[in-house]
Order: sequence, then C-alpha cells, then structure tokens
Amino acid sequence: MTMASPTLAAPAASDAVTRRPRRRAWTGWWFIGPFMAVFALVFLAPITYSIYLSVFRNQLIGGTSFVGLDNYVRALTDPQFWSALGRVSLFLTVQVPVMLFIALLVALALDSGRLYGKSFFRISIFLPYAVPAVVAALMWGFMYGTRFGLVGNINQAFGLSLPSPLSAELVLLSIGNIVTWEFIGYNMLIFFSALTVIPKSLYEAAEIDGAGQLRVITAIKLPAIRGAIVVATIFSVIGSFQLFNEPSILKSLSPNTISTFFTPNLYAYSLSFSGQQYNYSATVAIIMGLLTMAIAFAVQVRGMRKER
Amino acid sequence: MNKTLTRRGLLQGSAVAAALALGLTGCGGTAPAGQQAVSSNAVEEALQKGGKLTVWAWEPTLKKVVEGFEAKYPNVDVELVNAGTGNDQYTALQNAISAGSGVPDVAQIEYYALPQFSLAKSVTDLSQFGAAELKDTFTPGPWSSVQAAGGVYGLPMDSGPMALFYNKEVFDKHGIAVPKTWDEFLEAGRALKKADPNAYIANDTGDAGFTTSMIWQAGGKPYKVDGSNVTVNFSEGGSKKFAETWQKLIDEKLLAPVGSWSDEWYKGLGSGTIATLPIGAWMPGNLSSGVAEGEGKWRVAPLPQWEEGAKSSSENGGSSLAMPAAGSRAALAYGFLKYSNVDDGVKTRIDGGSFPATAKEISSPEFLNAEFKYFGGQQANKVFAESAQNVVQGWSYLPFQVYANSIFNDTVGQAYVSDTKLTEGLDAWQKATVKYGTEQGFTVKE
Repeated sequence: MTMASPTLAAPAASDAVTRRPRRRAWTGWWFIGPFMAVFALVFLAPITYSIYLSVFRNQLIGGTSFVGLDNYVRALTDPQFWSALGRVSLFLTVQVPVMLFIALLVALALDSGRLYGKSFFRISIFLPYAVPAVVAALMWGFMYGTRFGLVGNINQAFGLSLPSPLSAELVLLSIGNIVTWEFIGYNMLIFFSALTVIPKSLYEAAEIDGAGQLRVITAIKLPAIRGAIVVATIFSVIGSFQLFNEPSILKSLSPNTISTFFTPNLYAYSLSFSGQQYNYSATVAIIMGLLTMAIAFAVQVRGMRKER
Repeated sequence: MNKTLTRRGLLQGSAVAAALALGLTGCGGTAPAGQQAVSSNAVEEALQKGGKLTVWAWEPTLKKVVEGFEAKYPNVDVELVNAGTGNDQYTALQNAISAGSGVPDVAQIEYYALPQFSLAKSVTDLSQFGAAELKDTFTPGPWSSVQAAGGVYGLPMDSGPMALFYNKEVFDKHGIAVPKTWDEFLEAGRALKKADPNAYIANDTGDAGFTTSMIWQAGGKPYKVDGSNVTVNFSEGGSKKFAETWQKLIDEKLLAPVGSWSDEWYKGLGSGTIATLPIGAWMPGNLSSGVAEGEGKWRVAPLPQWEEGAKSSSENGGSSLAMPAAGSRAALAYGFLKYSNVDDGVKTRIDGGSFPATAKEISSPEFLNAEFKYFGGQQANKVFAESAQNVVQGWSYLPFQVYANSIFNDTVGQAYVSDTKLTEGLDAWQKATVKYGTEQGFTVKE
C-alpha cells in the first residue's frame, strides 16, 4: 500500500524535469557543494591517502618502491599484529559486557524513581567521563603503584602483599578497570535518556495488570531501549578496537608488560613513530578499520533483527 | 681562495656526497671526506654577513650559548626551537627531511641516533669545513661517536663517561665497601638486601641505553657497521659477561623494579632505598635539582670493573650538534657549531652544569678541582675526567638504533618480569633487530 504513492507521484515529477531540464541540476550542487568539498577533504582524502601509502614500501636503504598488496600479506601473517588483535578481542569480550551491564543497572536504578538524590548520583557517575582519558590513565597509574601508590599504601597499612596491578598477568584487567570507570557514566546516559522517553502510560497499564518491577523491566523497559543498547555496544566495540591512550600512558610506568604491539593502534603508532614504517603502519590501520566496520555492522544487523 | 671558488668547492663537495648517497661502500678514497672545501675564512665571512639560523635542540644550556653567540655576531639571528626531546625530535626531524621543508640548519642529535642520519646522508659531512682537524680537540669517546664512513657528521656537544654514583650514608650505615668490580657490586647488593630488605643496590627495569653502555664497558662489540653491511651479535664475550652478572642481580631481586626518571625513582634516590646509580657524568645537575634531600650524602666513584684492576669505561648518553643536509646556510650553521662546541660556548655550557666533550676543558685545573657541594665537597670531575680517558674504543651503534632501542622492552625487558633469561632476551632483541634491518634494505648478519 505504501508503495503506491511514490509511483503515483512519479509522472508529475518527470513532467517538471522535461519542462526545465538543465538549470535544476546546478542549483542542487550549489547546496551540497560546500558539504561535498569538506567531506572530500576531511573524510575521503585521508582514507585515499592511507590506501595510497599502504601499497608502497619505504626503506632506509633503497627508498620507496611500489609493492602492491605485500604490506597486507605481511600484516595478515604478522604474529605481533595478531597478538595485538587477540588482546583487544579478549578485552572486548570481557570488558564491554561488564561495563554495559553495570551502566544498565545504574540507568535502571536512576529511572526507577526510588533513588534518593537522583541528580547527585547521575552527575557523579557521569563525572569520570568528563576527565580526559590521559589524565584518568595517569591518575590510575599512580593508584596502581605498589611502592608509593594506593596499592602500596594498602599493602603497608594492612600488611598485605597485593600483586602489582601492572604485572604481566593483571595489566589487561587493570586497563579494563580504567576504561570501565571512564565509560560507565557515558553509557548510563545513553540508556537513561532512552528510558525517559518510554510513555508512562505503559507503566500504569502494567501496574493495573499486576506486573512487578522486575516484570516491568524485562517486558517493557529492556525491549524499549534495545536500539540504545545496540548503539552503546557499537560504540564500545569501536572503542575497544581503538584502545590506545591507557596502555600508551601506562607503558612509561610498566614498559616490560605493555609491549610496543600491545594493541593494534599502539602497534601502528610504534611502527610509524619509532620505526618509520609509515606504509606498513597505514596498512595495519586500514585492516583495523575494515575489521572494526565489519564487527560493528554484525552487531547492528544482529541487534536490529531481534527487534522485528 | 676567492669567493666563487669557495662556492664551487662546496657545490662539488655536496654533489659528490649526493652521488654517494645510500650506495656507499665505505671506501676511504672519497674525495670530500677529510678534505677541506670551505675555508674557515668563508665561515667567518658568513658569520659577519649574518642571516637567520634555525636550531632544534632541547639541551637547556644552549639558550645561554645562543645569547653569547648573538652578542658576538650581531648580524646573525638564531631561532632556538625545542622540537621535543630525543625520539620526538628525531621523528619531527625525519618528517621534515622527508617532506623537504621546515628542516632546521642545526639539530641536536644524540650519539646513538646519529648513525641513522649520517647513513642516509641527511646530515652534512663536516670534513668539508675542516672538522677532521678537530680530532684532538675532543675526548676520544664522543669523537669516535660522530665518525662514520670516513666523514665527520656532527660536533660533540657533551658527553657521558660513566661513573658509579653512590649513597655514602647507606654504605657507611651498613658497613659495606664501595664496589670496585661488578662481582663486588653483586656482593654489596646481597649484603645490603640482608641488612635492609627494603633497600636495593640499584634500580633497573630494562633500559636499552644502559645495557648497551654496560656491554660497551665489558669490551663487547655487538654491533658492527660497514656502510649498509651490519652485524648484530649478542652472543659475544662482552654481552655474555654482562648478562651473567646482571642475571644474578635480577634473579636474587637485588634491583629495584623502579623505572628511571619516575617519581618512585627520585624518592628512592633520596630515601636511600636505591643505593647506587651507574650512569653518565651528566647526572649531577639532575641529582641536585631532583633529589635535593640527597645533598651531602652522595659521592662518585669510578665505574666498577669487569676485571680486577682494569680501568675501562664507556659512554652513556651525550649529544652532538649536526647540520641537516637540507639546511640552506651551511657556512653559517658551521660557524654556530664551532662557537657552541669548540669555542666560547663550551665554557658557557660547563657553567650551566653540562659535562664537556672537549679535551682542553676536561683537563683544565679549574674544571678538575671544582668541588661539588652536593657530593660533600668531592672533586667529582676528576672521577669523570678519568672515566672519559678510559672509554673503550671501537664501539658503534646501529644505523637504526632508535628503532632497536624502542623494542628493547618487548624483548630484553621480559627478563625483568618473567622467567625469560637475559641471554634469551638479548637473543630475541637481536632477532627482531636483524628482521627490521633486513626489511629496511641492510645486509644484516648475526
């Protein structure tokens, strides 16, 4: 039924085209031209340039040469790249669910209307997101210190010997802790804003039907904010794959447990800034971009399909 | 020599240098190497004529040097830019060189990083200005660090002959003798640990510059460089000596797991939990500014030896001033280099607390007899100057040392935090270095 109206409108539109054939085409460009120029400059140009870089190789001896897809072959067989990817994937599968679950819990608590001092909690939970990531990583880095940091103080005060959070076994967990701390507030806000637009009449109807709070959450609230959950998941997936600030800052405190290829982004950074392998670095960046897109797309398709 | 001739000579020199670029075989017969093409008169003339000069450096004492230079040559306008410290600056410099614009006329480059620039001929061979004649002006360590393929690629600015800085109070308190050999150092570490479980003989979390300096002192030559032919070998004698002793220190947990320049490090140096610092002679200024509560407690001793009674030393850190080849005012830039590193600038920098690389200053009574309040009135320069004379000859860094050092903690660093042995770590470092070198077009042997 809905398909009918465009088909009906079509002849009228083509009439208009035949009447004034050329002038119209240019007017449109005047409107989108400025946007297209900026879009080409800031979006398309860097991507094109990266792709251009990725098919060359520059050597200290021998200069620059065209190598086709060699860099891609190399990246796909590079154990350091795979170990970096494996690390962020592990991070993703553990940290993202934990963070989103806590954020959801907080959002539901705020939305329940039973919380005393609601705006105070909302602002204080959101506050860490306002702290720049670099500052947050530095701050946590000091707290993790086993000598003069918080961990050291706890050890001293209680005679404990807590392991260093920056040791090889715990460092990924410690970074996950920082990221969770930073982004709970942000995700909470996404969920909370989705919750506030649910019509109150639904809750009243549920109450009349005798539904308890838990039932309201599972039957009304969660289905209603599914879109927001998918969006938050996609953001978190992208964020995990782009993990850089926290390991890069903590690296100076713990150079032996955070390698130069700890995350794909850190690897790309070390390749270009210490190794001057700009071409290979661009290749790694492009592969990571494609992977991130693919996974974000998969999350979206899966999240939205359930909705129907 | 008239002006046109001079200019032609310079052009010739750079043309040959350009023709040689990259394909160099390292033969000594190259025309410009060691041959003066620009007279000192021409440099003097350029200085009098003046112009604008851009200098990239982070060394703090250079600010005063620039002031003095501008006062002496009022027509020259020097712009001193801090483009970052160490690696940051090299990245910026490398980018500017690749882009071909924004290249400074003079740049501070540490000795370990200089080969990377000299190999690509992105810094000027200074022998065309007669720099080869300055051989006896500088102490042997720094001088050998600026040589490559028969040319001189920078003028030494400062140096870091190694010495053992130690907290005398800690040693006296526990009745431990100051170690003269590395074996005694290990014993002292054990004794200190026994006397005070919280105290460490030194700190180390894996530092590429320190490790290579230690191997250097042990007589090791893991890197051999001949043009584009490079050998990397950490299974030779010096590296083994170092790894054997240091492994014991790591295994027995005698080294504080505290990174240098961290807050914990400064606190440890002040509180006596880190008892010694084997480090370059540029350290005193950092101690007095960063560890004020250590004043009067610290002393300086010669670096412990690998063999009893020996007197060998090595360099740790230190920088040169070099002239990027893309800079346009070569004669003027050389004038600045000479002023700063050979003439009046040297005194200015010594007064600022830097350790000189010039033989004359290092042996002057005024310098040697200077008493350091921080070291309880000790004439510490005597120890440093002796160390400078005893630097083991023949060491060279890789033409891609900057990268090699950046992956040190990925490989050797593992020995500090896991069951990996130092020798295995060094082996892994060697492999990764060889891989990178081969990728970059070098012929690398292990």
